[in-house]
Amino acid sequence: MDYILEVKNLYKYYPGVKAVDDVSFAIPRGICFGLLGPNGAGKTTTIEVIEGIQKPDNGTILYKGKPRDQHFKQEVGIQLQHTELQQYLTVKEILLTFRNLYARRASLDELVSLCYLEEILDRDNRKISGGQKQRLLLAIALANDPELLFLDEPTTGLDPQARRHVWDIVQSIKKKGKTIILTTHYMEEAQTLCDIVAIMDRGKIIAMDSPINLLNEHCRGVTITLPSTVDENILRQMNCEWYTVNHTIEIHTEQPHDCLRLLIDNNVDITGMVVRSQNLEDLFLKLTGTQLRA
Amino acid sequence: MLYRIWTIFIARTKEFYRDRSALGWNIIFPLLIIIGFSVVFRSESSPVLKVGVVKPLNNEITIISNKQFNEFLKLKYIDFIEFSSKEKAVDSLQKFKIDMLVDPEHNTYFINDSSPNGYIAEQLLKGAGTTTTFFSKHSFKGRGIRYVEWLFPGILGMNAMFNSLYGVGYVLVMYRKNGILKRFSVAPVRPFEFLTAQILSRMFVMLATTIVVYIGTVLLYGFQCKGSLFTLFVVFALGGFCMISLGLLIACRSDSQEFADGLINIITWPMMFLSEVWFSLEGARPWVQKVSQLLPLTPIVESARMVMNEGATLFDIRYQLLYLIVVSAIFLLSGSLLFRWQRK
Repeated sequence: MDYILEVKNLYKYYPGVKAVDDVSFAIPRGICFGLLGPNGAGKTTTIEVIEGIQKPDNGTILYKGKPRDQHFKQEVGIQLQHTELQQYLTVKEILLTFRNLYARRASLDELVSLCYLEEILDRDNRKISGGQKQRLLLAIALANDPELLFLDEPTTGLDPQARRHVWDIVQSIKKKGKTIILTTHYMEEAQTLCDIVAIMDRGKIIAMDSPINLLNEHCRGVTITLPSTVDENILRQMNCEWYTVNHTIEIHTEQPHDCLRLLIDNNVDITGMVVRSQNLEDLFLKLTGTQLRA
Repeated sequence: MLYRIWTIFIARTKEFYRDRSALGWNIIFPLLIIIGFSVVFRSESSPVLKVGVVKPLNNEITIISNKQFNEFLKLKYIDFIEFSSKEKAVDSLQKFKIDMLVDPEHNTYFINDSSPNGYIAEQLLKGAGTTTTFFSKHSFKGRGIRYVEWLFPGILGMNAMFNSLYGVGYVLVMYRKNGILKRFSVAPVRPFEFLTAQILSRMFVMLATTIVVYIGTVLLYGFQCKGSLFTLFVVFALGGFCMISLGLLIACRSDSQEFADGLINIITWPMMFLSEVWFSLEGARPWVQKVSQLLPLTPIVESARMVMNEGATLFDIRYQLLYLIVVSAIFLLSGSLLFRWQRK
């Protein structure tokens, strides 16, 4: 298979912490690859080592089958997690500044149109909203019309509408055949945008596949959420996994009928009960015993 | 490469001149200092000593028959200040507000034993009217330089120092802290290109503000540079480059603005006082003068004064310029080698 990026046995240590612990994956061209995990899982460190911001302690990184060279920075687009921009410059000036640093440059009009920047083009970049700034950072990352795009938590801190805007842009980029590596701790984001998801926890990849395959393999049942006032002895009678999450009880089961019957037979108050299909967040809980957003 | 340097140069320069407060401060501050000091020291007959005189009770100054005191009153450069209350006058003397107090009605005078000026005033009073001398007098005719003319090159040098150190040192630390440097590091920009753009932008800004301040001061005070303006330009270009290189060295690794601010203060304050910006170190202790010679602001101020006040040529100030070039190279090389894009 034609992989644009291959990561083999990557390690990165900080004093007392294995930030990246034997991480390996390969990304085919034209897909959106998601690194999903809670804060501190090692997603940003992994992506920064690949981007060249940090040096790995061990491991191999191949870009187009070869070790990264001086062309790597010219050919990839990078959106960092936290970035301030130079003050007093307009959105257009900032965009042109970064665009002019590359040998290959995307069309300014296309960038503006793709990232919905028309209305704020002449505005001081300090006076734009969080969502607008995120779109500007995305446009900067696309300034060289990159083949491979790194997006580090592109929607963290955005309101739902701004998040949808960013998702729309990412989907437009996907349609152009670009390869995207995206880190996120939003399950919904990974499910919506990613073709392949690698779930990370404590520096390791604990599961990796397409979201549908992951769910089919690990989460075929439903999640029943109840107030945490349920007697634990009743829960123990159930032949399924249950967790205490944010003062609620989450029951993961493939036999919801049996569970519900047991609860009703034991006169458990099921007011406020929620029954839903399982998602990647449930999968993460199942694999690690902790919440994704912890 | 040149296009990338040009791009970053333009962005940084726009960032500076759109920051009205920084722009205004860089131009107005030195002008205000020059105006302020020229007002304070405006009179060529500024008093050297202040002597209090207790007013007689009848509210009129008595024509004192004492010839010695009358002669003392005629001395130039002494500010005689009348006091209606002796207690108040004594209080002023004790607080060093005046150097000596004379009570002509009672033919007495008071000095503060710990005041050197008091001692001088006393000796002047004792010797007033004495004409006997063993020395012959020779005076120089012609106009000397005014204090403002002596001060001006120092203020320009000081402005170049602050402009460069804060404009590069402080800004780079802020860039690193805010992640702006990190963003540039993932673009195809080499540290050399980025730093060159910063140096060129700050050189441009520093020289432009120096020229504006120079023109403003010339218009206000009407004096002329005795040497060539090109030579003066070379002094400030090399001086500014030296200070910018020092700024790069300060900012090469830190991501703490507080630390950078402290470091810049530690560096600038001794230079302000030991590089003869405000006063001459003539007569200061030898070690102080040696330290002064090592500070990079000293050759800037010294050579600027030589050009502006004495008409020195590039050849006359060659040692100062050579020192600036050598020190700049050391600062720049160390700063570049130690430079780090990111926070720890």
